[in-house]
Amino acid sequence: MRYVDEYRDATAARRLARAIEQVTTRCWTLMEVCGGQTHAIVRFGVDALLPGTITLLHGPGCPVCVTPAELIDKAVEIASLPQVMFCSFGDMLRVPGSAKDLLWAKANGGDVRIVYSPLDALRLARDHPSQQVVFFAVGFETTAPANAMAVYRARREGIGNFSLLVSHVLVPPAINAIVSSPDRRVDGFLAAGHVCTVMGYHQYEPIARAYRVPIVVTGFEPLDILQGVHLCIRQLEEGRAEVENQYTRSVQREGNAIAQRLIGEVFDIVPRRWRGIGEIAHSGLELKGPYREFDAQERFGPASSAGEVSCECIAGLVLQGIQKPPDCPAFGTRCTPERPLGATMVSSEGACAAYYRYRGPSGRYG
Amino acid sequence: MCLAVPGKILSIKDPAEADDPPLFRMGRVDFGGIVKEIALGFVPEARVGDYVIAHVGFAIGRLDECEAARIFSYLRQMDPLREIQGGAP
Repeated sequence: MRYVDEYRDATAARRLARAIEQVTTRCWTLMEVCGGQTHAIVRFGVDALLPGTITLLHGPGCPVCVTPAELIDKAVEIASLPQVMFCSFGDMLRVPGSAKDLLWAKANGGDVRIVYSPLDALRLARDHPSQQVVFFAVGFETTAPANAMAVYRARREGIGNFSLLVSHVLVPPAINAIVSSPDRRVDGFLAAGHVCTVMGYHQYEPIARAYRVPIVVTGFEPLDILQGVHLCIRQLEEGRAEVENQYTRSVQREGNAIAQRLIGEVFDIVPRRWRGIGEIAHSGLELKGPYREFDAQERFGPASSAGEVSCECIAGLVLQGIQKPPDCPAFGTRCTPERPLGATMVSSEGACAAYYRYRGPSGRYG
Repeated sequence: MCLAVPGKILSIKDPAEADDPPLFRMGRVDFGGIVKEIALGFVPEARVGDYVIAHVGFAIGRLDECEAARIFSYLRQMDPLREIQGGAP
């Protein structure tokens, strides 16, 4: 496939890895922000190509993983109601709430449907006017324009039986939280290319300046990631701390203005709790003004503010780059993708799921 | 979940019923042989034959062909000796 295959070329990957080795004189720790990048790194063994002095930490960029347990509980509650068609991306179905998951609701007679796009849920609402169609709007900035469009169209077309259960999070406040933490281990970031395709990267410039940390907007294929690492290490070795753009074929500094305008039309920025991490100011989106009536929490009541689910799961530490999946004593034994303890083992972007899928139950090479 | 895939626009249709057609524009996009209906409202500049990057049924950006080639010139620059010896690009 064009724009995919050529970025997986093994010879080019080895040349980039050699170039990285040539510019590296000391130990550096980088964090890739997005779970999609984590999967590519583990799947293609990008980390194994890098010199031993470079450590890649996996960041919080998995919206499924950071959706709080109380919202999953609310989703299960709504999905179990009669006359409700609950629509979600497939990733969310196995994510444990405080006691149950959406798959449980489905097995117990709830009408839970996996959709590919929020527009599919909107179509179901149009076709089934006597049902309440609720879409679980989970995502980062990449997904926000799609969800904004669904609710914008619902209002325009007067589709009153459609609503969104919103769990939207924003990347820059999370990077800010990680980089300003007293036990910061990260020397540089690979920022998420698709988030930046929508939002641009000017928001990262004050972070790079304030914390003297290089941030390289990076794509998702092995060559993208290796080039992102090369640019980031070069900055570190030269003592620079700038925002650079590796993913120029998709990302422009100002991002996608039309998508941003629609996000602004539909959503307000609010504080949001991240599962395993805690509340981060200005890090979430919520439906605003005239779109509030399409908020499932207005329609079906608010989620209860249950505390963190306490178990041996270390997902919160994995999401902050403090520990890696194989460090968890439950990894591959008491926690597997079929019987997950935490969301990072479920999601197609979760770091634990990536290690399990591509490296087996030990999560390690060999 | 921020997985987004490049695909080539095969055709574009404007919904006649909408009075805000550019924002609701849809098209058929080919993802390496799998063709899907994709919302093109966020990429008004995209034309048939262009490549877009699509996420959950929406094109979020148009791929820039010249920029896409840059990584390969970057590779060539990085390894001048190999160039002289006639290595692959």
